Amino acid sequence: MKRILSTTAALATGACLLAAPAFAAPVADAAAAAAEAAPAAFTPTAEMVNKGDVAWMMVSTALVLMMSVPALALFYGGLVRAKNMLSVLMQVLTIVCVAALVWFGWGYSMAFTSTGTPFPALFGGLDKAFLKGVSVTSLAATFSNGVYLPELVFVMFQMTFACITPALIVGAFAERVKFTSLIIFVVAWMTLAYFPIAHMVWYWAGPDFLHAAPTDMGLLWGWGALDFAGGTVVHINAGIAGLIGCLIIGPRIGYKKEPMPPHSLVMTMIGASLLWIGWFGFNAGSALESNAFAALAFVNTFVATAAAGAAWAIIEQITHKKPSLLGAVSGVVAGLVAITPAAGFAHPGTAIILGAVASVICYFFVTTVKNKLGYDDSLDVFGIHAVGGIVGAIGTGIVADPALGGQGWIDYTAPVAKAGEFDMVGQVITQCWAVGTTIVWTGVVSAALFLILKYTLGLRPDAEAETNGLDISEHGERAYN
Amino acid sequence: MKFIIAIIKPFKLDTVREALSGIGIAGMTVTEVKGFGRQKGQTEIYRGAEYSTNMLPKVKLEIAASDEIAAQVVETIQQTANTGAIGDGKIFVLDLASATRIRTGESGETAL
Repeated sequence: MKRILSTTAALATGACLLAAPAFAAPVADAAAAAAEAAPAAFTPTAEMVNKGDVAWMMVSTALVLMMSVPALALFYGGLVRAKNMLSVLMQVLTIVCVAALVWFGWGYSMAFTSTGTPFPALFGGLDKAFLKGVSVTSLAATFSNGVYLPELVFVMFQMTFACITPALIVGAFAERVKFTSLIIFVVAWMTLAYFPIAHMVWYWAGPDFLHAAPTDMGLLWGWGALDFAGGTVVHINAGIAGLIGCLIIGPRIGYKKEPMPPHSLVMTMIGASLLWIGWFGFNAGSALESNAFAALAFVNTFVATAAAGAAWAIIEQITHKKPSLLGAVSGVVAGLVAITPAAGFAHPGTAIILGAVASVICYFFVTTVKNKLGYDDSLDVFGIHAVGGIVGAIGTGIVADPALGGQGWIDYTAPVAKAGEFDMVGQVITQCWAVGTTIVWTGVVSAALFLILKYTLGLRPDAEAETNGLDISEHGERAYN
Repeated sequence: MKFIIAIIKPFKLDTVREALSGIGIAGMTVTEVKGFGRQKGQTEIYRGAEYSTNMLPKVKLEIAASDEIAAQVVETIQQTANTGAIGDGKIFVLDLASATRIRTGESGETAL
């Protein structure tokens, strides 16, 4: 909190660190021109769009969509019993469809504008609802002075994040949720939790505009919270919503009494592997440019994940003498989650440590804490996404430290951004504030929505339908015939 | 005629089948089955959730044999399916009242 305006910090990579000589001149020219003509007069032009950036961001967008369908759907689908396979696939697919439409309708406007709202630090208004004013000529800022993306590219890239986040939640109460109630929950939850948190963490005026509008930013951004690709917005947000959901919905019939083994770890393996590939779009794409910082996020996404997968296998080798595939893929996902907020900040060496640490902590949560407390988080959305997300978000405050080879944060308050002075303790405290705010916000919203649905439409099918499996009872079909 | 039912470890199937062919057994029925005996079950662990399975996979052989060869069949199975460990299985021998070959209508030992 203490850092509010004095350290208007940066999400990501810095224009001042742009090493490529090709960019240096236009950046300086644009900035100098902006400074001369008074800050507010800066107008980005089509010449500031780089085709390489556009190409990379559109590929990234498709990669992130692949994370939802089929990757997440298969990852989750393989983990449930055969009688619920289609229900999980259908939930994920439908959520992606609905979320994309909601994003077009009012999501983008609520997340990435600050006008027409009583609380511009918390969420945006409806000025860009139904993509009003977004055209082939409108531009969106990147993290570099004088470098822009076509706004449509930014809309699409962010849309894929809005699609996967609510889809992550369904794993927590898989095999026992009423489909229609779930979809209604998703629309309401995106509106009241996802869009505001995305706005609070990611919205800002842009590197060429911030100095003229120093308060035009989301709340957590203003605090100086670092979240490169969505540790808070995506993983903690979804993980906490999942935990609240599984607590309110209650455990599956027969939980802890009858075996509920995954029906196809082959599918889970395919899904987890596609998640890893798609995550390059998610993390490296979050650089918003095709540059060295995208490459840094790329390599960190690779090595942190590798370390986390290996760490989980090693723990199982020690504890059970049998390293399991499910364990290794769980570690892989935990590592991906943990490196997400730190992807563009960490040195690959510290990224490896972060991934391994997250893997160990997630292992402890899914094998020990869950069993002790007895909640039925079916597919460990809380144990991996929330816990891994929290480890990653707080760890970002450590690994971003330039003293550890990290990238620090970028001060955009001047027309040309420069590296900010990094204070690790202060940064970790800020990260904790961001994590806490996300947990409280999404926790309250999720609890309210789940409780309302529980006592109106109902959240779970009757016992017979659940026992017969949701594929037949909710969707009228079977995965395997 | 005797009807021989043998419950053996699945990985021993090929060895047993080859040995039985060697002593003139021309056909058998093989079924994948589950069951339990003195052998302990196995434990599966999925992210810390332990499931112990009491039923273990076995293979059931059903062989019809003439009285002269029956004892040799039992002996062959006993020797080839043996690993010396608990869970090697069992062999049951029943009297067989009749056998009929569907295609020709032959009955008795000629149908075997």
